[in-house]
Amino acid sequence: MKIVVCVKQVPDTKGGVKFNPDGTLDRAAMLTIMNPDDKAGLEAALRLKDEYGAEVTVLTMGLPKADEVLREAIAMGADHGILVTDRVLGGADTWATSTTIAGAIRNLEYDLIITGRQAIDGDTAQVGPQIAEHLGLPVISYAQDIKIDGDSVIVQRQYEDRYHELKAKMPCLITALSELNEPRYMTPGGIFDAYEKEVTVWGRADLKDVDDSNLGLKGSPTKIAKASDKVRKGAGEKVTLDAEEAVAYLMGKFKEKHVI
Amino acid sequence: MGLEEYKGVFVFAQQVDNVLDGVAFELLGKAKDLAKDLSTEVTAVLIGSDVKGLADQLAEYGADRVIVVDDPELKEYRTEPYAHALASVINEYKPEIMLVGATAIGRDLGPTVSARVATGLTADCTVLEIGDFPINPTANQEQKHNQLLMTRPAFGGNTIATIACPDNRPQMATVRPGVMQKIAPIEGAKANIVEFNPGFTPDNRYVEILNIVKAVKNTADIMDAKVLVSGGRGVGSKENFKLLDELAEVLGGTVSCSRAVVENGWQPVDLQVGQTGKTVRPQIYFAIGISGAIQHVAGMEDSDLIVAINKDEDAPIFDVADYGLVGDLNKIVPALTKALKEEMNKK
Repeated sequence: MKIVVCVKQVPDTKGGVKFNPDGTLDRAAMLTIMNPDDKAGLEAALRLKDEYGAEVTVLTMGLPKADEVLREAIAMGADHGILVTDRVLGGADTWATSTTIAGAIRNLEYDLIITGRQAIDGDTAQVGPQIAEHLGLPVISYAQDIKIDGDSVIVQRQYEDRYHELKAKMPCLITALSELNEPRYMTPGGIFDAYEKEVTVWGRADLKDVDDSNLGLKGSPTKIAKASDKVRKGAGEKVTLDAEEAVAYLMGKFKEKHVI
Repeated sequence: MGLEEYKGVFVFAQQVDNVLDGVAFELLGKAKDLAKDLSTEVTAVLIGSDVKGLADQLAEYGADRVIVVDDPELKEYRTEPYAHALASVINEYKPEIMLVGATAIGRDLGPTVSARVATGLTADCTVLEIGDFPINPTANQEQKHNQLLMTRPAFGGNTIATIACPDNRPQMATVRPGVMQKIAPIEGAKANIVEFNPGFTPDNRYVEILNIVKAVKNTADIMDAKVLVSGGRGVGSKENFKLLDELAEVLGGTVSCSRAVVENGWQPVDLQVGQTGKTVRPQIYFAIGISGAIQHVAGMEDSDLIVAINKDEDAPIFDVADYGLVGDLNKIVPALTKALKEEMNKK
C-alpha cells in the first residue's frame, strides 16, 4: 500500500504573527511547527504502515525551510519526503494551494492520501477536500478512526452529535483530526535517517496538468482586502481577595449591572 | 460567461434527520441584509430526502425562493451526492453569493463544491458585508463595487482578515454558527418553491454508510444558553465539575468547557467552546480554571459579561474578563453558588 501524507509547516500561533505589505503572511519571520492535525494524519499513516505494511511519502508545499517538517516526518518513520517550492507558487489561497498539491500528487502512485483536517494558521479545512475534488477521489473529512478492509478503508467520520462509519474504495482522501491519535516521537535512528535521506524538491515545472492561471497569488480567486491585528475589548477589573470577600465583590458587581 | 449573469444570494439550508439546523435561519437573516444592499432575492437551497415540507419554515425566516433537491440518495449527508446537488444548483441558477454554515457538514461540502464550480471560498466568516474591492481606490487596478467582503479570524484568532472574491462567481463563504442573527419568523410567509433534480448516478466517490452512531445528547446546546459556566483544566477532575453544575443550576445556566477538558474526557465535545469547538455569546460567561488560550478566547470573547476565576494571576483569561477573581475556585465557586442561592430566595 502506498500512502501520501500532506503536511504543512505552520507558524506556532503562540508566537507573534507577522505580515508582508500585501497582507499575506510573512512565514519567514516566525517560529514554526508541523501542523497538529497533519501530524495526527502522519501518525495514522505510520500506524497503517506498522500494521499492514505501507510506503509513506510525506509531501509539503512551502518555503525551502519547510524541508524541516519533512525531515521531522522521516525521523518519525516516513519513507520519502517531497518539498514543492517555487516563487511562483507563493501567496496561494486554498484553491491555488489545492491545485498545486494535486499537480504534485499526479506524479505519484497512491492508494490513500491523508491530510490534516485544518491548519492552525488558516483554520479553513478546505485544502483536503479540494485536493480530492481535483483528483476525482472520494473524500472523508474529520476522520477519528481509520481501518483498512481489503481494497477499502473504514473510517469513523465525526459530526457534531454523531459519527458515521463509512466505507470507501481506495484510492481516496481522508482528512484527520488531531484527536485521532497521539503522534509518536522521532527515534534516534529516524533522526539519523532524516539527515541521510534525500528530500525531493519539486518546482512549478514538476506539477502535472495544472495551468499557470490556477497557481500562486495570481491564480487565487480570493484576495485579501485587509488584514489587521484583532482588537480585543481589553481587561476589566482583577482582584485578589479571599473567597468570601471575592464573592461579596462579585455579588456587588452583579447587582450594579442588574445581573441579579 | 460574464460575472453579471450571476444574481441572488443563496443559502445552503442544512438539515439533518429532516430537521433544519439553526445556522440555516441565521444565514437567511444575513442573506436578507445582503440581498437588500444588492436589490436582489434570497434563495434557500434545501437538499435531502423527503424534505419539501421544510420549505415553509425557510420562507418564515426570510427565503423568497426555495430550491428543493429531493432524492432518496440524499437521505443521509455524504459529500457525494450532496456536492453534486449543490454544484448543479449553482451551475443552473447562478447565484452571485453562496453561503454555507461552517458546520462539520458545511466545512466539507463548501470546499468540495467551490473546487467543482471553480470559485473561491472563505472559511468561517464572522462578518459579511457588501462593499468595494479594493476597499480604497488603487492605481492601475479597477475598483469593483457591490462585492461580498468576508471577514474572518485567522492565525488562532490573533488577526482578522477581510477577503473578497472579485473575479469569480459565486462568491462563497462558510459562516460560523451562532454569529449571524436570524429574523423574527414571519408567520404564514410563503416562498416560491422550485423543485430541481440533476439526477444521481453513484460512482467511485459515493461512499457507503455502514453505521450511524449518535452521541447521547442530554445537554442543552451551549450556543443557546444565556448563562454559561465554563470549566477548564484547573477544575482538576470530572467529579469536580459538580461545583460548576451547582453554580449553573442556580443561574439557570449550562456548563461548558475548554478543549483540555474534552481531551481529558471530563466532558463531551459538544460542550467545548473555542476555535475548534463552538462560538458562544451568552449574557454571562464564567471562565473557571480556564487559562484563556487564544483558541478558547476566540470562541467566547463576544459574551456580554465575562467573569474569570483562576489561581494564576497572570492567566491570559484575565485580559478579556470584565471581572477577574484571583483565587482558589474550590472555595470561590461554592461560596458564590451559596450567595446567589440566598439572593434568589430573597425574591
